[in-house]
Amino acid sequence: MRVTFTVNGRPQEADDVWEGESLLYVLRERLGLPGSKNACEQGECGSCTVRLDGVPVCACLVAAGQVEGREVVTVEGLADYAKQRAEHGGCASGACGTADAAAGTPLDEARRRAARGTDSHTGEGTELSPIQQAFIDAGAVQCGFCTPGLLVAADEMLERHPNPTDADIREALSGNLCRCTGYEKIMDAVRLAAARQSEGV
Amino acid sequence: MDEPGPPHTIWLDRNHSETTETKKRAGQMDFLRPASWEEALAAKAEHPTAVPIAGGTDVMVEINFDHRRPEYLLDLNRVGDLYEWEVGEETVRLGASVPYTRIMEHLRPELPGLALASHTVASPQIRNRGGVGGNLGTASPAGDAHPALLAAGARVEVESVRGSRLIPIDDFYTGVKRNALAPDELIRAVHIDRADGPQQYSKVGTRNAMVIAVCAFGLALHPATRTVRTGIGSAAPTPVRAKAAEEFLNAALDEGGFWDNGRIITPSVAKQFAELCSAACNPIDDVRGTASYRRHAVGVMARRTLMWTWESYRGDAARTEGVA
Repeated sequence: MRVTFTVNGRPQEADDVWEGESLLYVLRERLGLPGSKNACEQGECGSCTVRLDGVPVCACLVAAGQVEGREVVTVEGLADYAKQRAEHGGCASGACGTADAAAGTPLDEARRRAARGTDSHTGEGTELSPIQQAFIDAGAVQCGFCTPGLLVAADEMLERHPNPTDADIREALSGNLCRCTGYEKIMDAVRLAAARQSEGV
Repeated sequence: MDEPGPPHTIWLDRNHSETTETKKRAGQMDFLRPASWEEALAAKAEHPTAVPIAGGTDVMVEINFDHRRPEYLLDLNRVGDLYEWEVGEETVRLGASVPYTRIMEHLRPELPGLALASHTVASPQIRNRGGVGGNLGTASPAGDAHPALLAAGARVEVESVRGSRLIPIDDFYTGVKRNALAPDELIRAVHIDRADGPQQYSKVGTRNAMVIAVCAFGLALHPATRTVRTGIGSAAPTPVRAKAAEEFLNAALDEGGFWDNGRIITPSVAKQFAELCSAACNPIDDVRGTASYRRHAVGVMARRTLMWTWESYRGDAARTEGVA
């Protein structure tokens, strides 16, 4: 079957989709967006977290056919999404009518997306969202496999709670497993992003 | 030497028609996308083996792991009514697909036990997708919502093209992962009595998030009828009430005038209530825990939830009626 939906603000079409296929498979294997990671395939690990109509979900548990006509944001579109949200006062999804044709992340650009940083500075044309920059600066990335899901979940939490407590952070990230960091650096990163956000940096 | 023959074609039988059997072998599936409740009922009547999918948090796991290859998936995401709820005078009509996140955010005053249970479901990502309809449809003894529904008192609204009916929650669970639904029926909503007193929910697991209950317990005080109701999860083939424990406690509270005098419940009464709750279990040993641990833990949770709710009742009574 064919599935037509919006990915990172741009309309996309996936063909020859198997009826039992997950949104995660469509994103990774049909649209060439491997940022959302495939780990447990049972909703336990959160590595595949994306936003579906603004809400964080595990892409491995959404049937491809269920996203027909809906809006998905992946980690590849996170920087543009956060930028638009900052520019349009809290709404990045276009639901409040501010989205224009130039908004969103084109598919080819999303496919090339990479954080090309050698140290805490990323530079080289790849603009990062505040939460992505904070993860790098705080050393919250080790093997990196859980990072995309954590970024999407943490970014959404900061949207709802601009000044989160530690309990807010832990709760929002409770569906994302990390086996490297012990979570402390991830907590640091989210606190850092929140602090920078409230300072307007 | 062999002639280089045309590749592949010798293995392909071009005249073979696509029967259901070959479709099944090839893992083919139809994805039904009803746009309304009526269309969903018609689709379920036409294809009674169709597997309904809403949040997908159970169904997709089975498909991802190839444990299940349904011939038809019946997507309910387009049926908007399933995502709505109405708060009535005495009951809340909760649409089958209302996500747990919404229950926690919007229905805590009316359905405190279910809101607490909802908060123990998996993770934010799962709570954003899953709802009570899926818990009921799967009817796992470990479903987090069941003890809260049993304790609060609920009726499951199910419908088919033949008509609609309300199934009392006590009659809904018929076996391990089995429920009272007919093959052509779908769950539309759950009617849950609005709390008329304190409710509590407790769950045992190895960590706070992403945990299937080792066992769980729900308790609701119903001062309006001067009764107590319970619900036990993961400690019997189906979710169950501890009816003997409820009867004992109802009689003890009545005899001692506890509902009026608001006194602290006697430790011996609480102890016997806990023992009767343990006795209502029929658990098994499995990877999550042993049967004897489950029985013990249910007793502990029964005593604690009784104390918590009773303290809250006494506090409320003291504030509103000057009793303490």
